[in-house]
Amino acid sequence: MPARGGGALGKGLLGIYLTALVLLPIAALLTKASSGGTSAFWREITSPEALAAIKLTLAASAIVVVLNAIFGTIIAWVLVRDEFPGKRIVNSLIDLPFALPTIVAGLVLLSLYGKGSPVGINVAFTRAAVGLALLFVTLPFVVRSVQPVLLELDQSMEEAAASLGARPATVLRRIVLPSLVPAIVSGVALSFARALGEFGSLVLITGNLPFKTEVGSVYIFGQIQNDSLPTAAAVSVALLFVALVVLGLLSFISQRQSRHVL
Amino acid sequence: MAIEVRNVDKRFGDFVALDDVTMTVGDGALTALLGPSGSGKSTLLRIIAGLETPDSGQVVIGGEDVTSSAARTRGVGFVFQHYAPFKHMSVHDNVAFGLSVRKRPKDEIAERVKELLGLVRLDGLAERYPSQLSGGQLQRMALARALAVQPQVLLLDEPFGALDAQVRAELREWLRRLHEEIHVTTVFVTHDQEEAMEVAEQIVVMNKGRIEQAGSPRHLYESPTNEFVMSFIGPVNRIGDAFLRPHDIQILPESDGTGTEALIERVVHLGFEVRVELKLHDGRDVWAQVTREEARQLELTEGQILSVRLPAPRVFSS
Amino acid sequence: MSSSAQGAVSITPGAGIRPAQRAPASGSGRDERAARARRLGVRSVALGYLALLLLAPVAMIFYRTFEHGLAPVWSAVTAPNAQHSFWLSLEVVAIAVPLNTVFGVGMALLLERGRFRGKGLLGVLIDLPFAISPVVVGLALVLVYGKTGWFGDWLATNGIQVIFSVPGMVLATAVVSLPFVARETIPVLRELGTDSEQAAETLGASAWQAFWRVTLPGIRWGVVYGVVLTTARALGEFGAVSIVSGRIEGQTQTLPLYVQDRFENFDSTGAYTAAVVLALLALATLLAMNLLTRHTRKRTAA
Repeated sequence: MPARGGGALGKGLLGIYLTALVLLPIAALLTKASSGGTSAFWREITSPEALAAIKLTLAASAIVVVLNAIFGTIIAWVLVRDEFPGKRIVNSLIDLPFALPTIVAGLVLLSLYGKGSPVGINVAFTRAAVGLALLFVTLPFVVRSVQPVLLELDQSMEEAAASLGARPATVLRRIVLPSLVPAIVSGVALSFARALGEFGSLVLITGNLPFKTEVGSVYIFGQIQNDSLPTAAAVSVALLFVALVVLGLLSFISQRQSRHVL
Repeated sequence: MAIEVRNVDKRFGDFVALDDVTMTVGDGALTALLGPSGSGKSTLLRIIAGLETPDSGQVVIGGEDVTSSAARTRGVGFVFQHYAPFKHMSVHDNVAFGLSVRKRPKDEIAERVKELLGLVRLDGLAERYPSQLSGGQLQRMALARALAVQPQVLLLDEPFGALDAQVRAELREWLRRLHEEIHVTTVFVTHDQEEAMEVAEQIVVMNKGRIEQAGSPRHLYESPTNEFVMSFIGPVNRIGDAFLRPHDIQILPESDGTGTEALIERVVHLGFEVRVELKLHDGRDVWAQVTREEARQLELTEGQILSVRLPAPRVFSS
Repeated sequence: MSSSAQGAVSITPGAGIRPAQRAPASGSGRDERAARARRLGVRSVALGYLALLLLAPVAMIFYRTFEHGLAPVWSAVTAPNAQHSFWLSLEVVAIAVPLNTVFGVGMALLLERGRFRGKGLLGVLIDLPFAISPVVVGLALVLVYGKTGWFGDWLATNGIQVIFSVPGMVLATAVVSLPFVARETIPVLRELGTDSEQAAETLGASAWQAFWRVTLPGIRWGVVYGVVLTTARALGEFGAVSIVSGRIEGQTQTLPLYVQDRFENFDSTGAYTAAVVLALLALATLLAMNLLTRHTRKRTAA
């Protein structure tokens, strides 16, 4: 067959680009993280400050994704099944956190919920600020993964259940939610991976206080500034590992799920 | 240009799509590749076009071995099952595509496109886009596009498959007339035996990656060499290993003792043709095909017992 | 799909959960009212959440920016460092986005049209930047291209500076926005199918001609959508660029870095103004995304 999808030259260039941008950097990161052996790696990621940062990252991400699962599903529901003026605009605004630079996201939250807040709420430099920033930047994930499923969901199923005498709450619990679970799980996993690595939106609003509001990525940033590259690399690898496990689980679950549906 | 396919094999993983296929299509002939789905007919057509490469064997077009040449140099016109229109181009640009990639002068292209659109009766639709055309119009546009580059052979993959019954019938008739007009060697793939019989001069019957039999429609109908061809082309009664054509069963006017006794279970009127379902005295079920006139003369009614004459059944050794 | 989607949206709200059969005439009104109350409740929760988390803060930043009138905003916009960081951001985007576009389309073709082993792995590799924290991306680049990195000595002897200068910032920006074009292009390419490319081939087009005249026009809206997302991400990138740029004022400071710099130097008008510029660009991105989805929908529906 003739050379479809580009010739050898094209493939070579693609390979070089991918190597320079992704492969080599990842390899260098792994090398640096393992340069002192397993015990050194373990020591780096269990130092009190590192451990506190990692724990905060995991805990904050976990809480945030639970809230995302709830509110994201409700928002998706309203965007699909409800009708109100301005719905289209609200629908497009959902993607704003994806489009808005993260540093701006942090500043935006700070302007309303920081010092001198017009509504009298000041979360600056607290753990609540971590949660707030993460909620902001991960908002679209669950909404955008649930929405299409809800659109495709056959409403006659719900009508059938209702005609058989099921109460609205029962229809929701037994018919609607089970169909949405895979999409919610997928949105949750993507949110979680994103939250683990979030940096820009946290810089201004959390104050980066060690043992209090310092998350993993901020800790890594600090270590890079101190030229402690092995420490930074070790914590990076630890966070990357968690993110990959979560995304790996997601693809495993979604594959099983799609087989189930088929 | 004649097409020769010699000992072609093609596998997709474990699936054997073509198994030692050899066939010849005469210059200027109109040939159907007929078979059930999965019989390898489309794969064979794509191999002739150069869209698939055979694992072994040769393809010869006009005496030249083209097995290893790219599709674009083979001089074949290919009409895809779903027409593969270039959706972002107007009808005119679709038809002009082959000429414009060959960098022909603009006025020559314009003239040729106009001529072709006339031939396929799409004049006046040149500035439309594919999304604005009906299925039958898309089909004709695809044909004009393939003919624009004056191909040596024209290949069509299930050309009428996606159309509704009436358009289908019209296009069949029209394809045959077009072929008479331009006389380019044409091969089309179909799973519909009626379509093959009606349009083609020669039919190649395929099954499970092999060619079962090739010949004129009449020849295949009258002298099938195996069970598959017998039962794929035309209606058939199967009695054990033996085969009977329904219209060969003769219903006798009186129970004169020379025939086999049979009970009429059902009489189905299908317009001109009447289908009579019979139970023979030994319990076997067969059906006979008679004309409306015959049915009236014989006064066939359900539950009636009469006698029929069965022709010598055909038995194929396997 | 899109047409059914449209249909589903326009269905009477709550119709799906209204128990039509069960209710006798007298109870019907009550059920209707209950359903409406439920719907209003759910709507208020959703919109309230969005208002508090999204709308109010974003509106607030516009208010804060302009609360002292236009004069301070104007001087913030025309400050030399602000101007410099704006143009530097554009420069980085203008290099990184075209590179990623070519790469993304090429990779999409390879993954969707090619047949080779390890395709799944390659797909994962391309998506990897989405799983990595921008800070980690910055670190990993420093480890390869920095002074003490793998290529540090070689780059130094050849007089090439990557880290703490524009090439490094382009690299960082390109990495974090790498997957978008390929991701958006692959499904469109799959939908386009291979028939029209093969048709072009049988009509005598070379692979190159088939790509430019048939494949690319067929996937262009997907590519453009990917480019929009890439641009938005590239323009706003903070963490990775923050590490590789060294944040040298007036030299390697992009607009997002400038926002942080101004804020930390208690120049809130400067910070807010730069942030508003970025926010307006983000809103423009949203608008573009919206128009593009509507455009593609119309095309597929036709």
